[in-house]
Amino acid sequence: MLEIRNVCGGYSGKEVLHGVSLRAEAGRITAVLGPNGCGKSTLLKTICGIVAASSGQITLNGGDLLALPQKQRAQRVSYLAQNRQIPDITVERIILHGRFPYLNYPRRYRAEDRRIARDVMERLKITELAETPLGCLSGGQQQKAYIAMALAQDTDVVLLDEPTTYLDVPYQFQVLRQAGMLAAAGKHVVMVIHDLSRAMETADEVALMKDGGTVIQGTPERVYCSGALDKVFGIKMERIQTGGRWRYFCTEA
Amino acid sequence: MKRLRKNKTKTAYVYAIAILLLLLSIVSGVLFGASGFGASELIRAIGSRNADSPEAVILWYVRIPRVAAGLFCGAALAVSGALIQGVLANRLASPSVIGVNSGAGLAVALCSAAGVAGGPRMSLFAFIGAFAAVMAVSLGAKKWGASRGTVILMGVAMNSLLGAVTDAVAIFAPDAGIMRSDFRIGDFSAVTYTRLLPAAVVIAAALVIACTLANELDVLALGDESAKSLGLNTGTVRTLFLILAAALAGAAVSIAGLLSFVGLLVPHAVRRIASGEARHLIPLSALFGAGFVTLCDTLSRVIFAPYELPVGIIMAFLGAPFFLFILIKGKGGHGNA
Repeated sequence: MLEIRNVCGGYSGKEVLHGVSLRAEAGRITAVLGPNGCGKSTLLKTICGIVAASSGQITLNGGDLLALPQKQRAQRVSYLAQNRQIPDITVERIILHGRFPYLNYPRRYRAEDRRIARDVMERLKITELAETPLGCLSGGQQQKAYIAMALAQDTDVVLLDEPTTYLDVPYQFQVLRQAGMLAAAGKHVVMVIHDLSRAMETADEVALMKDGGTVIQGTPERVYCSGALDKVFGIKMERIQTGGRWRYFCTEA
Repeated sequence: MKRLRKNKTKTAYVYAIAILLLLLSIVSGVLFGASGFGASELIRAIGSRNADSPEAVILWYVRIPRVAAGLFCGAALAVSGALIQGVLANRLASPSVIGVNSGAGLAVALCSAAGVAGGPRMSLFAFIGAFAAVMAVSLGAKKWGASRGTVILMGVAMNSLLGAVTDAVAIFAPDAGIMRSDFRIGDFSAVTYTRLLPAAVVIAAALVIACTLANELDVLALGDESAKSLGLNTGTVRTLFLILAAALAGAAVSIAGLLSFVGLLVPHAVRRIASGEARHLIPLSALFGAGFVTLCDTLSRVIFAPYELPVGIIMAFLGAPFFLFILIKGKGGHGNA
C-alpha cells in the first residue's frame, strides 16, 4: 500500500501541496483528478523525489519513501513525466535506461538488464522498433517507448503523469490498457489524467484534488455519487449504463 | 532482427573507418613534414641507435610530439563538444561557441603575460579559465530559465567578453606572444614534451571518465524529470560533465591555442553517420577528432612546404564544406537533445 499523509511541498518560494493525503493499493489504478494548478503533477513528483516534501509522510508497505536516497527510491517508484525529451537514442536503449537505477560498477548494463528490456519490448509488441531512433517514431510510439522504460524499471509503484495527452484515441486506449496490465501485475498505478470520462471508466479508485489538498477519495461510483466532481470542476457529470458498464460524460453546469 | 543486425554492422563499419583514419593520420603525420627528410630516412631513424642524427631529432622532437599533440587535442575538443552539447541539451553548443575555449585562452594569455611558459601550471590555469566560462553560462542559463537559443547567445556574449579581455592583455603584454596568429587560430608548431605531457595526462584521464559515464549522459538527455526519476543526481552529474568538458578544452588550448570548429563538427558528424547514443558518441568523437586534427596538421605542414599554415586554417577549409555536406545529405539525428 502506498500511503501519502498530510504532505506539503512545492517549488522554491511556492508551496503547492497543502496537506494532501492519498492511498493507492497494489493491483489497482488510482486516478488523480483536479482542476489545472491544483497540484496533481506536483504530488506525483513529490512521491518520486523530483520535488521535495516539506512535511508529511509517504510510505510504501510501511517503509518510509522520503528517507530513501534518490537511487533507492527509483528502484521502488517509476515516473512517466508529462514533458518528455526525445533524445537521439534508439527504442532499445531508452528501455534499457529503465534499468539505470540498478546500474553499478563498471557502469555497464548486465545480461539480466538486457533480458528484462527484451521481455518488455515483447510484452508491448515493439520489438521491431528496437533499433529505431526515438525521433523517427510517432507520438504514440514514443509514448509506448517511455512506458516500456518505466516497465523495465520494474518498480512497485508506477506514476503516470498525463499519459494520454496529445495521443490519438486508439493510442489513448492502448496506453490505458497498458496501465491496466501494470495493475494486473500487482503494481500500484497512480495516474494523473485530465479526461474525466476516461478516468472514471478506467480507474479502480479516484482521488479528487483541489488547491493542493484532497477533496475525496474512493471508487468512481462513490466519487460520482458524492457530487464532488460537479462542485470542484463546475460541470455536470452524468452517466448511462451500456453493456453492463457505466459510461460517464460531462456537460456544462 | 534484420534491422538490428544492419545497424550493428553499420556502427562496426564506422568504428573501422575511424580507426583507419586515425592510423592514416598517425603514419602520415610521422612520415611527412616540412623538413627535407623523406619517409625512408625517417623509417631508418626509428631503428637507428644514433639519437643525435638530424633525422632522429626531427622524428623524436618534432614529428612525434606534434602528432601526439594533434591526437590529444582533437580527441579532447571533440569529446568536450559532445559533453557540452549533451549537458546544455543544445547541439549548437561547443567549446569555441560558448566561450570555453576563450576562457582557457584568457587564462593562457594571463599565464604567458606573467611569464609562465607551459607545463602543469599552464594546464591548470587553462582548466580554471575554461571551467569558469562554462559554469558562468550554465548557471546563468539555469537562473534565468534561458531557452536553448538564449544559452548559445549567452555563450557568444561570453566569448566576446573574454576575447576582449584577452586582447587587452595582449596590448599590455605585447611580448607574451598572445596576438600571434598560431595562438589565435590554433597551431602545433611550438609543441614540446614539457607542454604536451601534463595536458595529455589530463586529457587521457578525462576521456576515460567520460566513456565510463556514457549512460549518465544519455539519461541526462531524457530531461531533468525523467533523469531524476531514474535516480540520477542531475545537478552533480551536470557539474561533473562540465568539469570534464572544461578540463578537456582547457588542456587542448594549453597545447595548441584556440582551435575551433572541431568541437562542433565532429560530434555532429558522428551523430549523423553513426549514433547519438553516448556509448558510441564519446569514443567515436574521440577517434574522429584525433584523426581529423592530426591529418589537418600534416596537411598544414606539407601543402606549402617549407612554409606552414596554422592548422586551424586547414581545419576550417576541410571541415566547413564537409560539415555542410553531412548537414544537407546526412540522415538520422532526429532528436532534440
